[in-house]
Amino acid sequence: MLTTIRVNGVDHDVDVDPRTSLLDLLREGLDLKGTKKGCDHGQCGACTVLVNGVRINACLSLAVMHDGDAVVTVEGLASGELLHPVQQAFLTEDAFQCGYCTPGQICSAVGLLAEVAAGQPSEATADLDGPVTLTDAEIRERMSGNICRCSAYPQILAAVRRAAGAAA
Amino acid sequence: MSTVRDWAAPNPVTENRSGLIGKPVDRYEGRLKVTGTAPYAYEVETPAPPLFGHIVSSTLARGRIASVDISAAEAAPGVVRVWTHLNVPAQAARGTRLNPRSQRASNPALESDRVEHYGQSVAFVLADTPENARAAGGLVRITYEAESADLDFLSSLDQAGPAPGEEDARIGDFEAGYTASEVTVDATWFSPLQNHAQMEPCATTAWWEGDKVVVHTSIQMVKGGQHALAETLGVPSDRVRLFTRYIGGGFGGKGQSYDDLTLAALGARETGRPVRVAYTRQQMFQATIHRPAVQMRVRLGADRSGRLNAMALEAVTHCARNAPFVEHAANFARNLYAAPNRLTGHRLVRLDIPHAGAMRAPGEAPGMLSLECAMDELAETLGLDPIELRIRNEPEVDPDNAKPFSVRQLVRCMQEGAQQFGWERRNPVPGAVREGRWYVGMGMATAIRGNFLLPAKAGLRLTGDGVATLTQGMTDIGTGTYTILAQITGETLGLTLDQVRVELGDSDMPPAPGSGGQFGAATAGSAAYETGMVMRRRLAELAAGDPRSPLYGEDPTLMDFANGNIVLGNRSESLAALAARAGPEGVYVEGGISPAADARDWSQHTYGAQFAEVGVDSVTGEVRLRRMFGVFAAGRILNAKLAKSQITGGMIWGVGAALTESNPVDPRYGSFLHQDLGGYLAPVHADIVNLDAVLLDEADDKANPMGIKGVGELGICGAGAAIANAVYNACGVRLRDYPLTPDKVLAALEAKGL
Ligand code: FES
Ligand code: FES
Repeated sequence: MLTTIRVNGVDHDVDVDPRTSLLDLLREGLDLKGTKKGCDHGQCGACTVLVNGVRINACLSLAVMHDGDAVVTVEGLASGELLHPVQQAFLTEDAFQCGYCTPGQICSAVGLLAEVAAGQPSEATADLDGPVTLTDAEIRERMSGNICRCSAYPQILAAVRRAAGAAA
Repeated sequence: MSTVRDWAAPNPVTENRSGLIGKPVDRYEGRLKVTGTAPYAYEVETPAPPLFGHIVSSTLARGRIASVDISAAEAAPGVVRVWTHLNVPAQAARGTRLNPRSQRASNPALESDRVEHYGQSVAFVLADTPENARAAGGLVRITYEAESADLDFLSSLDQAGPAPGEEDARIGDFEAGYTASEVTVDATWFSPLQNHAQMEPCATTAWWEGDKVVVHTSIQMVKGGQHALAETLGVPSDRVRLFTRYIGGGFGGKGQSYDDLTLAALGARETGRPVRVAYTRQQMFQATIHRPAVQMRVRLGADRSGRLNAMALEAVTHCARNAPFVEHAANFARNLYAAPNRLTGHRLVRLDIPHAGAMRAPGEAPGMLSLECAMDELAETLGLDPIELRIRNEPEVDPDNAKPFSVRQLVRCMQEGAQQFGWERRNPVPGAVREGRWYVGMGMATAIRGNFLLPAKAGLRLTGDGVATLTQGMTDIGTGTYTILAQITGETLGLTLDQVRVELGDSDMPPAPGSGGQFGAATAGSAAYETGMVMRRRLAELAAGDPRSPLYGEDPTLMDFANGNIVLGNRSESLAALAARAGPEGVYVEGGISPAADARDWSQHTYGAQFAEVGVDSVTGEVRLRRMFGVFAAGRILNAKLAKSQITGGMIWGVGAALTESNPVDPRYGSFLHQDLGGYLAPVHADIVNLDAVLLDEADDKANPMGIKGVGELGICGAGAAIANAVYNACGVRLRDYPLTPDKVLAALEAKGL
């Protein structure tokens, strides 16, 4: 099916198999292999990308559903040589080991910071009416859809905190 | 052969004049990983558009394939090949070796009509797209003739036999010592079957160049993978070029190759096109190895002062019927505590389930979940602090073999940990601390894990741009190999990190054993260090023999290396100039390390102490980690940042082992109940609260020339036991059946009338 999709600022007109997930379109169709496939079942978060600014699991979504959408993947975050603050924070805090969950963690963290800035509450939010304070509990809760089997969680927490500080 | 005495002399790494050793530098390949540009095996660029393979797995535990119908699959869109055991290309018979020196034997895929476990590969489809391959896989029709299968470990315990080639380790007279003891503990623990759940599924990209196959695969051991594929294809190993540059987690589960490697290579050969094959997440559970369940009986006998008189740890575990493996859950106990009368050993049950194998800290990881809780029970019986009990049983020499310790800072780990964790605030009376609906408690345990040095080589090239490139057939599975090899090479040659490159994961490079058993850093790193020393000697000789060098005619043994220069007195020359004169290829040397002849005259281990504080929900039975802290001693640390990541990662594995991870076998099918990451509960971010670790200053000059040891597995050791002991301290319930899930905790609380 003909689908028009904008990825990292570039428009693509693609003829996709209706069975193709957004993840497989990115990886196979557009050769953007930075987004990872850990489970293909929406259970690990390795495939997290931003669609119209909101983080989703690309494996749980069919490519044809994204006609007209703007997608940002891990390849689209840096400005040339300058890393995105979240990428830089992951590097500085050693928030990864094998690196396979990392693109998903980073996209997830970028999405998280936007959600918090927009005042969207989570399970860990005490006051549903006021602005959201980015406590450690908020970060842990909101990053729990991204499994890291290398278990870099303490370092990921530090990286998200650092990036949030840089953004503030 | 060298001796450890040769290692005691100061050298560039131990002198660390430019301070690169230990420095918390960022990961060498970190930029590639945070930008998504590190190509993992499935992702490497192919010389032509690839085909996609999909493996069809058996739905039966044991029996034979009775009939096969591939006609619908073959007729499906985009399908190029469909193979079952009836038409797969010829492979060498299982277990054979063309070359007797191959590290691995032939490991054919789809080899026969026999099915030996659920999830075994039974068919393979190659198609033009992943969607077409997978859809056609669903059209392959296979019927089976089932045979009776042994699937349940606990109901098969009576069939346990001796572990092959092993005898129980007996010292003194355990039975007499135990019977004569004033205070005893006798209890049995169960550690369940667990899965590695690496985030990157096993995957291979393959193509042929003439009669040589190029494979990029996700494997921890370069030579092992190369040899396994060569033997399976029945060709000499120099016809297989194996790359494994970026690996999305291994943890022991990628210590061997799987059918993705074989089928990708065969598919590419038969079609003349590149082929990509990845396991699905479900296949990762069913068709790769797992950590087997272990039942452990511990008996301790002590006098009233807490001195152990007798200690036994008897483990029963399981493996696949035709793939022997022993989870050595009792071995660590041999080196840990003094007790004159000792018994340790293993029994093995053969089951018709997928293959058991090594998973992070095989042996210690489940083993310490028993003895370290038994020590807690003994301490309580004696009215002793658990740390004090351990100090009273601290041996002067290795209790297993009377060898001196190379260095053993176990007591210091416990004492520093106690102080930093605030252990003195622990109320020794179980169930005494309550915060609302939560019972709160603290627990501790020790950690011990062996240290090993294996033979390894490395290559090093210095080019006219002043850059040194280290090459090694080694892997970095997230452990930090790239980074520490750059640090070692830089420090050895007096170069900065941006003057050093590291290339790994290529079977054409000088071989190293790979990543596993916590031996990677010491082994690969020592080879890199020795190769750097060979380079220093070569460069010094070049300078001394070259009239164009300011150091011409000088004694090469007196020359030094610093700031990118070779130096003698007030004369110096840049390494770049020296290499440029040597020709366009620069200067290339190889070097290597082998274990010292006398290294095993010392008992060499890494040690630690684990502390945990938990809350137990009195209403739901849920255990929540509140705090965890560990102190570890593991030789000289090459990179403080990366070493700590390894250690805390291991501790979190301990949290999973204690609280959530388990994969029961479905007794109907021989499959695992949990086949995905929704069912198999590896820790997620919200599970991990306030977890930290420190590494003590240490250098182990009996370990290798740099005095370093491994840290990859130490962190998991004892971690789960500290949590279980904290659960007891919190609510007074001793649970010995891991993981400590809410259903078990709640039932135990109710049984206590709580
Ligand atoms: S690959 Fe999409 S959530 Fe795991
Ligand atoms: S870095 Fe390996 S899974 Fe997260």
